[in-house]
Amino acid sequence: MTLRRVAVVCLGSALLSLSAAQAAPDAATLKRGERVYERCAACHSIEGNRTGPQHCGLFGRRAGTAPGYDGYSRALRDAKIVWNERTLDAFLQNPVRAVPGTTMGYAGIADARERADLIAWLREATRPGRSCRLSR
Amino acid sequence: MTSRLLIPPTYLPHSRRRALATGGAVLSAAAVALLGGREALAAKASGGAAEADVRILNTALGAELEAVAAYQVGAESGLLGKPALAVALQFQGHHKEHASALEATVRKLGGKPVAAKAKYAFPVEKLKSETDVLRFAAGLEKGAVSAYLGAVPLFAERELAKVAASILGDEAMHWAVLRQVLGEDPVPSAFVS
Repeated sequence: MTLRRVAVVCLGSALLSLSAAQAAPDAATLKRGERVYERCAACHSIEGNRTGPQHCGLFGRRAGTAPGYDGYSRALRDAKIVWNERTLDAFLQNPVRAVPGTTMGYAGIADARERADLIAWLREATRPGRSCRLSR
Repeated sequence: MTSRLLIPPTYLPHSRRRALATGGAVLSAAAVALLGGREALAAKASGGAAEADVRILNTALGAELEAVAAYQVGAESGLLGKPALAVALQFQGHHKEHASALEATVRKLGGKPVAAKAKYAFPVEKLKSETDVLRFAAGLEKGAVSAYLGAVPLFAERELAKVAASILGDEAMHWAVLRQVLGEDPVPSAFVS
């Protein structure tokens, strides 16, 4: 097997692993993520806008555009962020540092594993039409 | 279901009238003590730091107003027995006091307090029993503890952090009492997060 072919096989395996991990986080991860999400419950729900915006449909949505929510700061509306694993990880680590002026006055989740668990759970729980209903 | 509730008598308000009285829009003695004489806050507040503090306070105020509305939904649901209703009204009264204190502080800092929403999206279709209502309230209280915990270190003005920590303590007691009523360990860990 040539070096190039080995590299292609390894890359393919890595992508498959990554894809599998994204498609199906294990039950323990999801349970931990759901527990972390309980910290958000004063302001957020998956379904329905509250003090904070609904999370249904979060992934792939531009920040500041949750349907029917009018409480965004100008800072978040202007942030040009699209929510995905990477942007959520950066924001949740320290919201006020990531987006100065955000109304989410929360110090953040310092623990990287807790953020990863939360984001993995959010990806599953916020799929509109599949795991949640998007409010308009 | 009501007969199975294990609410320590000391957790119950002395009367419904007292519970309602504590929920008035007038600041309680404790809130006045927290905020009284804080004219210095306004004098010290300046620029971006004060604006950031007002943003945090306003977000907390919005959540408190929502909590007041949530307890109202629970109280009017017809699902709560007399003991649980008394506790719910007492806790609602606390949230009203928090909201009044936060609103007064936002004004003192020169900000515009957020108003209660005309309508809140609560999962009323999922509330079919007293346990459902209390579990919903417990979830909100736990979230409130986390929210205040996340807000305390952000305040530029340390007096505001102290006020937020005081509210945090009250919300944590609500959460513990509700867990006790639900038959769960009222204090499940040594730390909150």
